[in-house]
Amino acid sequence: MSTTTDPQGGTFRLSMLMNDSRYRSLTLQAIAAILLAISIGYIISNLLANLAEQDLNISFGFLATPAGYDINQTLIEYTSQSSNTRAAFVGIINTLLVAILACITATVLGVIAGVLRLSNNWLVRKLMSFYVEIFRNIPVLIWIIIIFTIVTAVMPSAKSYLGEDPERGMLGGIIAFTNRGVYVPAPFFTNGFGGEEGSIANWLLVIVVLFGSLFATRAMTARANKIQEDTGIRPGTLWTNLAIWLVPVAVVLFILGLSWDFPDPLANRFNLRGGLQIGAPLIALWLALSVYTGAFIAENVRAGIQAVSKGQTEAASALGLRPRRTMSLVILPQALRVIIPPLISQYLNITKNSSLAIAVGYADITATLGGITLNQTGRAIECVLLLMLFYLTISLLISAVMNVYNSSMKLKER
Amino acid sequence: MSDTHAHSVAFVRTETLPQAAAPSNAAGPTKWMRDNLFATPANGLLTIAAIYLIYLVLASTLPWMLNGVWNAGSLAECREILQGTSGACFAVLTERWPQLMFGFKYPASEYWRPTLAFVLMFVALAPVLFFDLPRKLLIVTALFPFVAFWLIWGGTVWTPIFALLGVIVGYLVYDRFVAQSFAAGFFGGIAAAIVVWTISGYIVPALAPEQPWLEAVPSRDMGGYMLNMMLGITCVSLSIPLGIILALGRQSSMPLIKWICVIFIEFIRGVPLITLLFVASVMLAYFFPPDQTVDLFLRVVIMITMFSAAYIAEVIRGGLAALPKGQYEAADSLGLDYAQAMRLIILPQALKISIPGIVNIAVGLFKDTTLVSVISMFDIIGMIRGPILASQDWNGLYWELFLFACLVFFVVCYGISQYSQWLERRLATDHR
Amino acid sequence: MNKSVIFGALTIAGLAAGAAAAGTLDDVKARGKLNCGVTTGLAGFAAPDATGEWKGIDAAFCRAVAAAVLGDATAVEFVPTTGKTRFTALASGEIDVLARNTTWTLSRDVDLKFDFLGVNYYDGQGFMVPKALGVSSAKDLDGATVCVQTGTTTELNLADFFRANNISYEPVPIETNAEGAQQYLAGACDSYTTDASGLASTRATFENPGDHTLLPEIISKEPLGPLVRHGDNEWGDVVRWTLNALISAEELGVTSANVGEMSTGSTNPEIKRLLGTEGTLGEMLGLDADWAKRAIATQGNYGEIFARNIGEDTPVGLARGLNAQWTDGGLLYSPPFR
Repeated sequence: MSTTTDPQGGTFRLSMLMNDSRYRSLTLQAIAAILLAISIGYIISNLLANLAEQDLNISFGFLATPAGYDINQTLIEYTSQSSNTRAAFVGIINTLLVAILACITATVLGVIAGVLRLSNNWLVRKLMSFYVEIFRNIPVLIWIIIIFTIVTAVMPSAKSYLGEDPERGMLGGIIAFTNRGVYVPAPFFTNGFGGEEGSIANWLLVIVVLFGSLFATRAMTARANKIQEDTGIRPGTLWTNLAIWLVPVAVVLFILGLSWDFPDPLANRFNLRGGLQIGAPLIALWLALSVYTGAFIAENVRAGIQAVSKGQTEAASALGLRPRRTMSLVILPQALRVIIPPLISQYLNITKNSSLAIAVGYADITATLGGITLNQTGRAIECVLLLMLFYLTISLLISAVMNVYNSSMKLKER
Repeated sequence: MSDTHAHSVAFVRTETLPQAAAPSNAAGPTKWMRDNLFATPANGLLTIAAIYLIYLVLASTLPWMLNGVWNAGSLAECREILQGTSGACFAVLTERWPQLMFGFKYPASEYWRPTLAFVLMFVALAPVLFFDLPRKLLIVTALFPFVAFWLIWGGTVWTPIFALLGVIVGYLVYDRFVAQSFAAGFFGGIAAAIVVWTISGYIVPALAPEQPWLEAVPSRDMGGYMLNMMLGITCVSLSIPLGIILALGRQSSMPLIKWICVIFIEFIRGVPLITLLFVASVMLAYFFPPDQTVDLFLRVVIMITMFSAAYIAEVIRGGLAALPKGQYEAADSLGLDYAQAMRLIILPQALKISIPGIVNIAVGLFKDTTLVSVISMFDIIGMIRGPILASQDWNGLYWELFLFACLVFFVVCYGISQYSQWLERRLATDHR
Repeated sequence: MNKSVIFGALTIAGLAAGAAAAGTLDDVKARGKLNCGVTTGLAGFAAPDATGEWKGIDAAFCRAVAAAVLGDATAVEFVPTTGKTRFTALASGEIDVLARNTTWTLSRDVDLKFDFLGVNYYDGQGFMVPKALGVSSAKDLDGATVCVQTGTTTELNLADFFRANNISYEPVPIETNAEGAQQYLAGACDSYTTDASGLASTRATFENPGDHTLLPEIISKEPLGPLVRHGDNEWGDVVRWTLNALISAEELGVTSANVGEMSTGSTNPEIKRLLGTEGTLGEMLGLDADWAKRAIATQGNYGEIFARNIGEDTPVGLARGLNAQWTDGGLLYSPPFR
């Protein structure tokens, strides 16, 4: 900082360790290193002493032993005889599932609410700011519990859908909203390859085909643009693109033999059987995270749009752009630069808040590894460490994405 | 000539007419409604949809709320009074009010103590929140933690007095040496305070009377909304200094210190609060010496403080980064050393910029204090989901209790965020 | 500013704790309070009443230990614990004894390093269903949704039971008994499973207990008892023999009402030894001679505690069943006081 005032050369005195800026930073770092080492050593020695006193040890052997408990909502095969590791994986997948679902709906909700907050309709504007304030200022845990209570206490009981002559019919005969979850028809393949286990591969095939269509339509659009630039006449792409999207997928689905598994009110006396069950805890968590985070995203969106100066809109109008094109070509690209970084950190918050699943009994990673496995094995230290490691990995991945995005944005700016 | 003509001709008006009101569709409520509610057909549809939505919500809740019962001993009694009509049973709030506020174990005869501390809190916070108030009031703020500690926990009055003494001695030492070097003053002050506290650790038990003026209440007995308040206020006030240190550390040119801070901040920000609370409830006990136990409240305070400090550090880092580089250079050119530059030039400006962000973190943190209900602490949510809903009298009641919880959080959080916006406006005018 | 308070308190607390001796018995005596881990609320076993006072047989047992050790039955600090926090709370020394209807299993005894000191309630896992469901056996529950408390042995028993009978179910994990009751009443699950005593106690809190029935199957053995940390045998002995004293007292006909006259007037040598008028049993435990007398005088014998908290005249309404004295065909059998 002030190197010029330091004496040059000269003999070394002990006081220079503190007073000479050449050595001071080294001294301070050495002190910090020693303090850090002492405190870590203190903690570890306490830990070891505590463990020794109780005759315990740190071991991850429990991960391989059978978990012994059942989980109600699993995307991968799991029985009570599966290992604790598999239970943890079930939890990881469930965490990711609810996080991704909530990210999508929160974004949609947030964008709608954010745009409507700037609407010139007074009532809608007020209604939206009411939504934002209500949800931002009440803890997400309360929202999760409230929505869970709504789902379990207000929705009709599963029983009322059961039997030959049920009290209430399913929506369109195929969808049932019960207090244990929503039952919807589940698609499956009758001619799929790979038997039972191959169903994921079948779906992957469908996704690959969809990606192929995506690239094909992009190529079509690029070609259309080129023709337009060369000749001034834009060839119609709507029908070809639609065909590219629909036909291959339809063909693949037909070959695989797509068919639907409907919820059956007769198979069981307690619950609907068949179809896809979206459990009440998942719904509660999903909805609560969506509306809660949606309120924050709405604020980000509003701030992002307002950050684009009014001159931009005026300039665009002066150039003769129509309002819609002004929005899509001028305002949004600039607003997105402001919106996306906080948006990504909201996604991070959703992932972290999904750990509140424990309050409604949704089997996410906190409930399996950090909950039941921890309780049953008593391996508190190991389980909590693994749990933190998982969340840390997810966060670092999302931060990495954010950094890449930020730096790419920066390049465009300068 | 023309004059007479003008006077004589009947159809020529000589005086101006009084101004007529604007046409009804260009002024007043009609215009307002046309501009704001029915500007375009689509807009009109939106308005009608919104009105319908509001009607639906009000139609289902208003009768229920207005018909509420405020006096009953149990849900069954409530239902008897309502006789089948729809109505809320707010009686649970009146009957369980002390439990919702103070938890179920805080001695009923001592409720005045936390209430008094709560009132004093406003006096203490006022000079911090509103700069216009006389600065002398800050003395109240400085004394408040000790008074509040004594009021809420009770026990011998010597504990807070010696704690305060430690702070005073530390400050005197700091004041004495800070002229020579900030580091000497700062660390000397801390060392002096620790010496006083250590000595008082031996003196206080000896001085403690058998029957203290205020009955001692262990922190395990705290509960209800009071617990949320206590956790929120303690953790926020503790995490601001820690956050400043972490932010400065992260900006530091010394790689080791920088990396310690970066790892700490990123680690804490990377995991959900609930895992940190698990650490507090099941792991932290292993990190203290074997023959000592630290009570759960303190362990939770440690973890939440670390949590919010990491977030506050990032906000302050933003504030530091937002300062023009010229400020740093100006400080250097005046010959100020690091501590002086930070204390006199950089931090006052950076903190000012960061205040809205810090307030946001504080609101978030206050909301997050509800998470302690997951680790079997009886905060307001824990009280509702545990003892109250489990009791025979009130089993099966949800909305009244949850609405109440929503209300108490909304009032505080909305109040703070309104304050933050007011502050933002004020600070903005200061800058321009 | 608050920092200093916490620091000051921490320093002071730290010094106070550091000065204490290593043995739990001495710790408790020095502290003058017994830290006793209980459930967060299960009527009849341990639950705070409207005034915040803990009631139930586990709470009474804690008070009996406090009366025996400290001479003051009110010198108990009740620490509510969940299924998740209970073992850490005990292992870390936050509580001195855990009386939270905890099942005695080999792995808890051996792997988690705790000492179970006896059984204060012989239980077994059962199922509760609404009568309207028309289910008469747990084996009819194929496909049902079952609420189960997480972190307990019931969760594992449940998985084993359904697997053994090759029928399916959907578990709904819940954290506390209160939540379980709410979920069950709201119809989010068809059946609620936990220890049969817990079911009876929960059912007692319902608005219409008669609408719900307990299924006949008891799918597990659940010996519930107090436990302490492994390795501190002196303390373990004190807690174990307090429990035995309560059980013996019932067998010998010593009640809270007659304990005073029994101690002087009784000619039965075992009663005399139990109540400390003869022999040095209390001294051997590191307590005074009146330890058991105080425990019985304040809390009553096992039978009185049972009758007061969960007996047939209470809302919980449990029969003695397995928990009768061995002389009445039950399993309660205290080793002799000699």
